[in-house]
Amino acid sequence: MQINGATALIRALEDLGVKRIFGIPGVQNIEIYDALLASHIEHVLVRHEQAAVHMADGYARATGGVGVVFATSGPGATNTVTGIATAYMDSVPVIVITGQVHTTSIGTDAFQEADITTITLPITKHSYLLKDVDALVPAVFEAFYLATSGRPGPVLIDIPGNVAAAETSYHKPSAAPTLPSYKPTIKGNARQVKAAAELIAAAKWPVLLAGGGVVSSNASKEVLALAEQAQIPVVTTLMAKGVLAAAHPLLLGQPGVYGTPQANAALHEADLIIAVGTRFSERATADADHYAPRAKIVHIDIDPAEIGKNIRVDVPIVGDAATVLGALSERLEKTRRPVLQEGESLAATSLPSSSSSPEAPPGVSAEVPVEAPAKAPAEAPAEAPAKAPANNGLYLNTTHRVFSVFNELLKACEDVIITTDVGQHQLWASHLLDASKPRKFLTSGGLGTMGFGMPAAIGAQLAFPESLVVCISGDGSFQMNVQEMATAVDLKLPIKVAIINNHSLGLVRQWQELFLEHRFSHTLLANTPDYVKLAEAYQWQGRRIDTKGEANNLKDNLRWLLKSEGPALLEIVVPTPDLVEPMIKPGGTLTELV
Amino acid sequence: MAEHTLSILVDNKPGVLTRVTGLIARRGYNIESLSVDKTEDPRLSRVTLVTTAEDVPIEQIKKQLHKLINVHKITELTPEDSVDRELALFKVKAATDKRPELIKLTEVFKAQVIDVAADTLTIELAGDHNTIAQLEELLSPYGIVEVARSGKLALPRGNW
Repeated sequence: MQINGATALIRALEDLGVKRIFGIPGVQNIEIYDALLASHIEHVLVRHEQAAVHMADGYARATGGVGVVFATSGPGATNTVTGIATAYMDSVPVIVITGQVHTTSIGTDAFQEADITTITLPITKHSYLLKDVDALVPAVFEAFYLATSGRPGPVLIDIPGNVAAAETSYHKPSAAPTLPSYKPTIKGNARQVKAAAELIAAAKWPVLLAGGGVVSSNASKEVLALAEQAQIPVVTTLMAKGVLAAAHPLLLGQPGVYGTPQANAALHEADLIIAVGTRFSERATADADHYAPRAKIVHIDIDPAEIGKNIRVDVPIVGDAATVLGALSERLEKTRRPVLQEGESLAATSLPSSSSSPEAPPGVSAEVPVEAPAKAPAEAPAEAPAKAPANNGLYLNTTHRVFSVFNELLKACEDVIITTDVGQHQLWASHLLDASKPRKFLTSGGLGTMGFGMPAAIGAQLAFPESLVVCISGDGSFQMNVQEMATAVDLKLPIKVAIINNHSLGLVRQWQELFLEHRFSHTLLANTPDYVKLAEAYQWQGRRIDTKGEANNLKDNLRWLLKSEGPALLEIVVPTPDLVEPMIKPGGTLTELV
Repeated sequence: MAEHTLSILVDNKPGVLTRVTGLIARRGYNIESLSVDKTEDPRLSRVTLVTTAEDVPIEQIKKQLHKLINVHKITELTPEDSVDRELALFKVKAATDKRPELIKLTEVFKAQVIDVAADTLTIELAGDHNTIAQLEELLSPYGIVEVARSGKLALPRGNW
């Protein structure tokens, strides 16, 4: 039976199991939207295409599935660019399907023409400009396969209006696409796995560094198994927050420029780092030339191009995180571990006494209760991190107190998903809010996209209607996709937004304070809107508290936010000078704090 | 700055060359020369590319290129294990009294005169980079009007 390209597209999406599409119609995807009317696929009408991609991205991050976006040609397509780049940097499977001007008009600077496949070349895993309607269905199946396999990432499909209108027939491909030039390696090389196991068995100060690839691969179970089996402390990058439950004794927190002192100290002093699904970004390594100077490095990644890109590697293993970690655990059992046989944890027995090794990692010893702690706390070196996170009742500043109180309340709630925007509030959230599981802390790590948080919360809430979805935002970030408040109302989504308002583009302001002698060039946002009125205008509930005057109401208002019906917003005014601490000096190693 | 010759088999499809060259440029490499055409299999094209970079190891570029879905195979060709040729066309001022010398020079280099005009000769030479450079040097006193040069073409030596 002959159907048009648009109908074939929708049928392909149905057969691929797509339940929801985020987008905005326009002239060049009008046929696609017409075909969508006959489908059971739900459509989320957004207010800006960038937000559509963030929603699809948030949906994909929260579920582990694929997010799908429709946008029209020209500005519709170019509006998706920041969203696509965000997904690309964090390896999130998103399919963006754009309209394009008619094939006969391509190249003529027609109305709403933009060469979106070329524009997005550096930020997509692959892309298609479909000039032949018969190529459409195979391309869609191939696009989904590419987006979700290997190292996941966004794929763009550009469909000219006349191709969507042209006649074709629909045949569901009987098998997964085979691409001779694309065959991701899943299983790690056995010899390399053996080499890694031997290094682990011999290591005194191993650290397991888990990145976003662990989440993509759903390998948290394997990380936990290996960590517990060999008693290896675990460091989770921003992208891997939640891979180990916040309360797990082996968890040292986040590495890098804004990392925890214990994580950074452990990496800096380690004699072995087992890095899994992480790309050693410069935010995570700080000074890459002096990164982990004593450590041998085992790097497990499904993307061979990440291995050796930023950091030297001793044992490279290309493969899927879960598969390789499973093999590693199995191999490790065979390589007899004396430490485990004595019923002691590696971390405990390897703690050097302060006299024999004065440069011992303060973090590991001081912070990690291990299973056999006989020697551990007593022999902890005295120089505990000077600026420990505020979890002992001593807050570094007012904002830390806000987050700590917030964390207590969130911990008491069930099934919480946190999204963040980008800036100081993001780092406070990553430091001070707990995530009990992976896919429960969604943040733009690689690109650092302000405006990600609320759309991502909408995507996550759609996927998990019963969850408590909380977006932590800032006064700078929130205004970058504020229009999506309307989308949340359309969908009756009870998302909660906490705006940490310090009346500034705070993280840049912090850099100006610390490194540019307090020259605050254009970072102060004196005239923020009245967020309570804004909430009202969008039919949200809104409240505002000032931590100066109403400190005691903090808890009540946070509780109100979490318990309120429907979408709700709480503006929390905090002091502008509050800093994200601790922080590594620009250009410094992981132990050189500001 | 090290020079590398990459022979890259890619899908013979629109836009693929943009993907290859765009990636090389944005990952910090320069393209010194480039030649592309169909292979014995019309579905595939061979891109022969000479590239340099100061900071990025060639391995990294090869790995990044491999990530392109349209790239099938990458071979790095070294002078020892490959043969290579470039093609150059020189249009040279050739007054009547200079012509015998120029034609002689052409013969020595096993080059060919492919166009004779009233006051110029156009000389074609296929050879390795150095031979072409040598001829260019010898022709320049006569006055080179225009030059067109191809990128390098290369294949590994020996059997398949």
